[in-house]
Amino acid sequence: MTDAADLRRRTAALLAAHPPAGTDRLDFLRARFDAGLAWVHFPEGLGGLSAPRSLQSVVDAELTAAGAPDNDPGRIGIGLGMAAPTILRFGSEEQRRRWLRPLWTGEEVWCQLFSEPGAGSDLAALATRAVRDEQHASHPGEAGGDWIVDGQKVWTSSAHLARWAILIARTDPAVPKHRGISYFVCDMTDAGVEVRPLRQITGEAEFNEVFLTGVRIPDAHRLGEVGEGWKVAQTTLMNERVAIGGARIPREGGMIGVAAEDWRARPELRTHDLHQRLLTLWVEAEVARLTGERLRQQMSPTAGSGRAGAAPAPQPGPEGSGMKLAFARLAQQISGWEVEFLAEDGLAYDDWTMRRPDGVDFTGREAGYRYLRAKGNSIEGGTSEVLLNIVAERVLGLPPEPRTDKDVAWKDLPR
Amino acid sequence: MTDATPRPGAPAPDPDLLYSEDEEALRAAVRSLLADRCAPATVLAGLESGSAHDTGLWRALATDIGTAGLLVPEKLGGHGASAREAAVVLEELGRSVAPVPYLTSAVIAVTALLGCGDGAEVTGPLAALAAGRTIGVLALPLPTAPGAPPDLAVRAAADGTLTGRVTSVADAASAELLLVPAEGPDGPALYAVAAAAEGVRTETVTPLDLTRPLGHLAFDGARGRLLATGDRARAAVERALLTGAGLLASEQLGVAEWCLAETVRHTAGRTQFGRPVGSFQALKHRMAALWLEVASARAAARYAADALAADSPDAPVAVAVAQAYCGPVTVRAAEECVQLHGGLGMTWEHPAHLFLKRAKSDELALGSPGRHRNALGPLVGIDAP
Repeated sequence: MTDAADLRRRTAALLAAHPPAGTDRLDFLRARFDAGLAWVHFPEGLGGLSAPRSLQSVVDAELTAAGAPDNDPGRIGIGLGMAAPTILRFGSEEQRRRWLRPLWTGEEVWCQLFSEPGAGSDLAALATRAVRDEQHASHPGEAGGDWIVDGQKVWTSSAHLARWAILIARTDPAVPKHRGISYFVCDMTDAGVEVRPLRQITGEAEFNEVFLTGVRIPDAHRLGEVGEGWKVAQTTLMNERVAIGGARIPREGGMIGVAAEDWRARPELRTHDLHQRLLTLWVEAEVARLTGERLRQQMSPTAGSGRAGAAPAPQPGPEGSGMKLAFARLAQQISGWEVEFLAEDGLAYDDWTMRRPDGVDFTGREAGYRYLRAKGNSIEGGTSEVLLNIVAERVLGLPPEPRTDKDVAWKDLPR
Repeated sequence: MTDATPRPGAPAPDPDLLYSEDEEALRAAVRSLLADRCAPATVLAGLESGSAHDTGLWRALATDIGTAGLLVPEKLGGHGASAREAAVVLEELGRSVAPVPYLTSAVIAVTALLGCGDGAEVTGPLAALAAGRTIGVLALPLPTAPGAPPDLAVRAAADGTLTGRVTSVADAASAELLLVPAEGPDGPALYAVAAAAEGVRTETVTPLDLTRPLGHLAFDGARGRLLATGDRARAAVERALLTGAGLLASEQLGVAEWCLAETVRHTAGRTQFGRPVGSFQALKHRMAALWLEVASARAAARYAADALAADSPDAPVAVAVAQAYCGPVTVRAAEECVQLHGGLGMTWEHPAHLFLKRAKSDELALGSPGRHRNALGPLVGIDAP
């Protein structure tokens, strides 16, 4: 079993063979991936060493101390947080080898083509169609033909930068909605892909609309079986919820740290009411941090030693939905508090210019931006209302809402 | 901003927020005892009998299972465990609103004695408490919070006689040994007084929470044995209050857990409008939100217990956070339990009211959430205007 000492040795060997000062950034990242030090919990040969996920911090700390370049995770979050775990779980060996390395190094940016104008919370109602072209297969010798995809996707961050997309589309409209979906990897350079910026309430366009017209996808770019795309998508979505709000943060990390620093820096703006509310939010943020830490300890494979009921859970469960709920509520309340605290400065906004940022930083820019951007936290990656349903039904086991569309063919659903 | 502005201290680097196998085994033993001896109907019937606490249950819990000695080192007659194990016991006692003096005697009084050195006047009573032979309480009002020296209502004369009146002391009527913080001739001091001694009078109070009886203690020339003076006495009392407040969070967690589980069970089975009422979003969202709060309360309570067990410098922050958070969550869980049971929740027969009364009383015990938030401010560098 790979332990911390072993990882330190491997990291030192990597640094010795590729001194960061004299090595091209991309060469270094590729070498790091090949040494199994990219994501240590991944299998050997795919950037990892099958080590406990918690030991990643050992490698990261050594590399940061040595001044090694990182893979700019803020720019490739969708690939790292959502596409990669799905490819690892459902991809063939060939697919994993083709996609994971350039995904991790950032050579290829990924985006996610899930939501549609008519399929938000009810994602399984999606209408983008994928139809088999029995006459033509891009890869000679392939059993089935290519897929031709037509439809419209929305809320796609990084689409304008992306080389690849994870895509869910309807392959069988004659069966109930959850059953007729398949999961693909879509080439964003295909001529049928059109990306248009979608400006949001912050003034910038972090997201895009994506129009798919006759996009050709080889069958070799399908993940999971035909008709089982919904199951594959669950892996992506569960990981997304952990990616939003599941990051390990120090005390006073994230939005509460910004608010606390404001409080310390601007004594002239303090009032008793704002003080009481800040303390309440500080407590809630600290408890949310501890709750996330506890969830991580439960999910850690090392939790098995000397503990009861701590079977390793490699995939985040519905409990991850709870963390995202808490994260969204706190981000909104704290950023609202901050605008109020800043008084006259809270009335100003830094810049409404339409821009297309490369990534997103929830605590970036100024208070007004943070307040507005946080509104998205309870919508993106599953609305808080849907997440409450998930917790109620899958964690608490409460009976489901009556679902009138469950056994009806998708094509017969009212739209 | 000046350089002197305090910053939040670092949390303990690697807190263990889970439960060990030993802790789970202890939980199983306590839960099994409580399932046999402390079902809600039994608790209700016992309260109407007028006894201060369930003496048979206390003996089984404190002596037979040995939980009274968890915080006491083995060489002093205890089991040499830690706040983590005592917290697990309190979770279970909370889930049963058990009417036993565990928090007051086995946690607070024991911790106060442990801070008084190893003289015979200390080790004798400590061994009796650890064995569950004697019930002891710290004679301070139940709402007294850690973090500031309590107002001392008792005066000690040079000859060790005590005079004064302490109100709203939890489990006062059950206690045989009173640990009395008093203002002595040379400053604060801590005395041991036998509850049966001459000059001690206990007035019982009708408490909001019948499962944790309260009494006023009047001292009129009662003879006390000096346990500690000055800084040692002050530190012993502070540590006892801090430990009590931190572990109260685990009791609160247990109360909240029961309320949530019972509410889910009831609403999943209760049919109205042709559907289980728990299938309506208006209700299930409330229970899901509560689940998240209870899960969060568990992390907060576990961190407080772990910080106390490790004697971490972050313990005052951990305890203030746990108390500021867990009190209101538990009250909400109990209030939701009553509301989502509909008319049934309003009856004396259904046990929900026992949990509501305990939750509300626990919210005030050892410092209200607001007091703990205010104590937290200077600890983490968020000073008042």
